[in-house]
Amino acid sequence: MYSEKVMDHFMNPRNVGEIENADGVGQVGNAKCGDIMKMYLKIENNVIIDAKFKTFGCGAAVATSSMATELIIGKTVDEALQITNKAVADALDGLPPAKMHCSNLAEEAINSAIEDYKRRKGLIDDNASCDACSRRCDDVQHSHGIE
Amino acid sequence: MTERMIYLDHAATTPVKKEVLEAMLPYFTEKFGNASSIYTIGRESKKALEEARDKVAAAIGAQSKEIFFTASGTEADNWAIKGVAYSNRTKGNHIITTAIEHHAVLHACQYLESEGFEVTYLPVDKNGLVSAEQVAAAIKPETILITIMFANNEIGTIQPIAEIGKVAREKGVYFHTDAVQAVGNIPIDVSDMNIDLLSLSSHKFYGPKGVGALYIRKGVKITSFLHGGAQERGRRASTENVAGIVGLGKAIEIACGNLEDKNRKLIAMRERTIEEIMKKIPFVKLNGHRTQRLPGNVNFSFEFIEGESLLLMLDMKGIAASSGSACTSGSLDPSHVLLAIGLPHEIAHGSLRLTFGEENTDEDIDYLMEVLPMIVQRLREMSPLYEAVAKNNT
Repeated sequence: MYSEKVMDHFMNPRNVGEIENADGVGQVGNAKCGDIMKMYLKIENNVIIDAKFKTFGCGAAVATSSMATELIIGKTVDEALQITNKAVADALDGLPPAKMHCSNLAEEAINSAIEDYKRRKGLIDDNASCDACSRRCDDVQHSHGIE
Repeated sequence: MTERMIYLDHAATTPVKKEVLEAMLPYFTEKFGNASSIYTIGRESKKALEEARDKVAAAIGAQSKEIFFTASGTEADNWAIKGVAYSNRTKGNHIITTAIEHHAVLHACQYLESEGFEVTYLPVDKNGLVSAEQVAAAIKPETILITIMFANNEIGTIQPIAEIGKVAREKGVYFHTDAVQAVGNIPIDVSDMNIDLLSLSSHKFYGPKGVGALYIRKGVKITSFLHGGAQERGRRASTENVAGIVGLGKAIEIACGNLEDKNRKLIAMRERTIEEIMKKIPFVKLNGHRTQRLPGNVNFSFEFIEGESLLLMLDMKGIAASSGSACTSGSLDPSHVLLAIGLPHEIAHGSLRLTFGEENTDEDIDYLMEVLPMIVQRLREMSPLYEAVAKNNT
């Protein structure tokens, strides 16, 4: 059900870990829904020079985290903000329909980490909150069962 | 990819045994006759059908004429529940079941709710058990059916079926049990246990897929759903799947014939696996009753990691298993069974079910215990939930 690229990024994830003294850290998702993505950014002169992640989640969640870090390293903050969930999924040669929400999580994690960076820099109001961070356990059709 | 393939998902399905396949094969080709036909090859099919029926009846302590073949365990569950409900509607509209049933039962009950029936979903304790007292307390004058699974497919917990059957019989309420995971795995006697209806499925005990049976005790009032022919004594029209039914008969005969020896081996494997996982991997929880569980069932939650990731990594090492994680199902909710025994969502997401079968060996467990701790550790190191724990430990 997963593309070879997804399996590759799952089995050999790029940029796993933490960045000490990161310039921006974002965490999205929640344990109740079964996936949490935490992203660390190192930013110099408005360019993302390093990104690392930690993810609790399924194969698609790990693979999209890995791919998201690859896509944003070397990009400016504004360029990184333009990366959509679809771009992350496309870079992985697609995701199964039921797993598309995992790519939303990657986009949200990037946005959240950059927002944290901007807040630290005093570029945005402290009270502004990330409206992308609210996860929706309920809007996916349920059909759970193991035989 | 590794060459090795270790199958630890026997609760999902089992391979067809060689002897079973051999018994089936003639009924696809030279003995292809329709069991309803009057000539020789038709009569041969009919005879094979009745022999299979005798074997199923013998395996569960029923009479042959109380066994009705179906196309699956799901069909048997649906027939039992909806059939009894519709047929006894004038008597009452209340059904009792549990929160941890297979979806074949739960969704059939939910459908009946939309048809005006009232369903009580009994909660279970932390081990997944429901008690006969709970059942007794839930019975009302309108109660027409109690449907409670014999053993749970995910956590393996075996219900006190004989006690529940006794309560049901005393109160004069029909008692159905979904025994899909139990038949061929643990001893069952429908008459000792006061069971009125029982569902079973062939592919769970080394028979073919696409064939099951419903035991209907003589005298039970139940509607039929498939009209069109006189097959199955007029209660389930359809040309019989003779080869499949022959396979079911052969498989149940073998499975119930060496139950004790088989279970001694399976229980030893189960116990060893449970003990080693608890010893070698921190932050784990065994799901299901410690001893009152299916011989081959092991179900653990591993904190801080997610089940699908675990399954994918096990698969890369050649181990086939299953999980109650949401991500294995395309939904965001973990298994209703794990939630019903009180697990928080995040712990339920990290569950792993290993179900052993006859062809597994101690070497399989050696290998499992070599790779599983490594995989769990690797996923934990990747997990933001584990960070705090790891830091406290160093």
